Amino acid sequence: MSVSFEDAVRWVRVFADVIAENKEYLTQLDSAIGDADHGINMNRGMQAVVGKIEGIPNGDIGNLWKTVGMTLVSTVGGAGGPLYGTLFLQFGAATAGKAELEPADWGLALEKGVEGVQMRGKAEPGDKTMVDALIPARDAFRQALDEGEAFPGALQRSAAAAEEGMKATIPWVARKGRASYLGERSAGHQDPGATSSFLLLKTAAETWSGG
Amino acid sequence: MKKLINKAEDVVREELQGVEAAHPDLVRVQYDPYVVIRADAPIQGKVGLISGGGSGHEPMHGGFVGMGMLDAACPGEVFTSPTPDQMHEATKAVNGGAGVVHIVKNYTGDVMNFDMAAELAKAEGIEVESVLVDDDVAVQDSLYTAGRRGVGTTVLMEKIAGAAAEERRSLADVAGVARKVNEMGRSMGMALTSCTVPAAGKPTFELGDDEMEIGIGIHGEPGRERMKMKPVAEIVELMATAVVDDLPYKSGDKVLAFVNGMGGTPLIELYVIFNELNTFLKGRGVKISRNLIGNYITSLEMQGFSITLLKLDDDLTKLWDAPVKTAGMRWGV
Repeated sequence: MSVSFEDAVRWVRVFADVIAENKEYLTQLDSAIGDADHGINMNRGMQAVVGKIEGIPNGDIGNLWKTVGMTLVSTVGGAGGPLYGTLFLQFGAATAGKAELEPADWGLALEKGVEGVQMRGKAEPGDKTMVDALIPARDAFRQALDEGEAFPGALQRSAAAAEEGMKATIPWVARKGRASYLGERSAGHQDPGATSSFLLLKTAAETWSGG
Repeated sequence: MKKLINKAEDVVREELQGVEAAHPDLVRVQYDPYVVIRADAPIQGKVGLISGGGSGHEPMHGGFVGMGMLDAACPGEVFTSPTPDQMHEATKAVNGGAGVVHIVKNYTGDVMNFDMAAELAKAEGIEVESVLVDDDVAVQDSLYTAGRRGVGTTVLMEKIAGAAAEERRSLADVAGVARKVNEMGRSMGMALTSCTVPAAGKPTFELGDDEMEIGIGIHGEPGRERMKMKPVAEIVELMATAVVDDLPYKSGDKVLAFVNGMGGTPLIELYVIFNELNTFLKGRGVKISRNLIGNYITSLEMQGFSITLLKLDDDLTKLWDAPVKTAGMRWGV
């Protein structure tokens, strides 16, 4: 199995639907420890993305994801805009010119994407941010490939690791973003950014592996 | 939710259309992306001063665009940082060849978006100095938080740095004055009620009828501590103590005392607060030599207030007194 240009587009579209469905949920998570706009902002951005990729030239996955990143940067705002924008810009840079992705290509995209997000947001693992879902997902994908797992299985293990990482944020005290202003009061709440990152990777596993 | 709006998604655009219709002498408004620009910008040889942030804090920042204050403001969605393309448009629109100062409130989103905008401007050869505002004493500045938030001092910085730019001081000097304001300013806020983001439709947090939230920011985010209501004298003492002890402001200091309403608190209460603050500072030997009282950096319809103190020297006092002509602040003209 590999990921075609159409698969890459489908993932972005399905993710937009998933964000729309989870808009209230993400906003509710954010109102507990942030400023109650994560679902609203991500939804605004992904709806703009859906419009933007309509009729995008076929064949270059890197260009597709770069366009997604640019659109998110200019429409989401907040912290989510630069972070998800950077994530997709890095996905795009890592896959520039490719019409088809092999497992190792997606592994590299994840690696570059996570690196970009950490550079932009300066978050470390355990700070209670999206990085806490992304890093386990990156590592699980890499490990699955090393163990000889096929693409679909590796995607599913990656999504499962993201979910575990997301849930692990619940008891933590936030050290980055607006949630950090709450100190101890941020404990007991799941991080909204880790949640949207889990949804992103879960959507990839589902749309690309049929699982 | 009861709000005097049409559709939640149209609030920011319709507010900007109102601003444009009301103040064509002061500003022009660009809609794609949103930027409020001083009517006569760019001014050759003058340092451009821009700021931006989520909407919902009016009159900040759009209401502070005009002579003696900002050259442009970038409004985001309600309580959401604006985007780098807005800031980049603003930077280009106000660049009169002397460089541009970005006034950035210390919030994760604002900082990252302004960082990206500064990278874009520098790539085009525009000199940019970013100045961070982080004056909220309610937040511990440590490795374990995103640092102190930018609140009330932002308003004072925009006025004072704006006056310095109007005097044709250099980029480094204007940024230096702005940084001095940040060093000498401290704030703390509180709320009696939460507020409702139009697109969210319900209050951001719940507060009991007999409770208050101390140490709030300006986005309806919960504060540091929830406590039972007290008489205002005790509330002011609690907050002013935290502010005064932080710098600290000492006996003999002259300060600008800024009592700011969060949007839903009437002026009658803000003056009661100012009276308490005046008594408190007298007791500490700190002299209020300038003051500002009113709704300048708000949090939608939230009931509550913040106290900001700025230690003044002769230069800051002179710049504060200099003429300003904006929708939200106007004197000397």
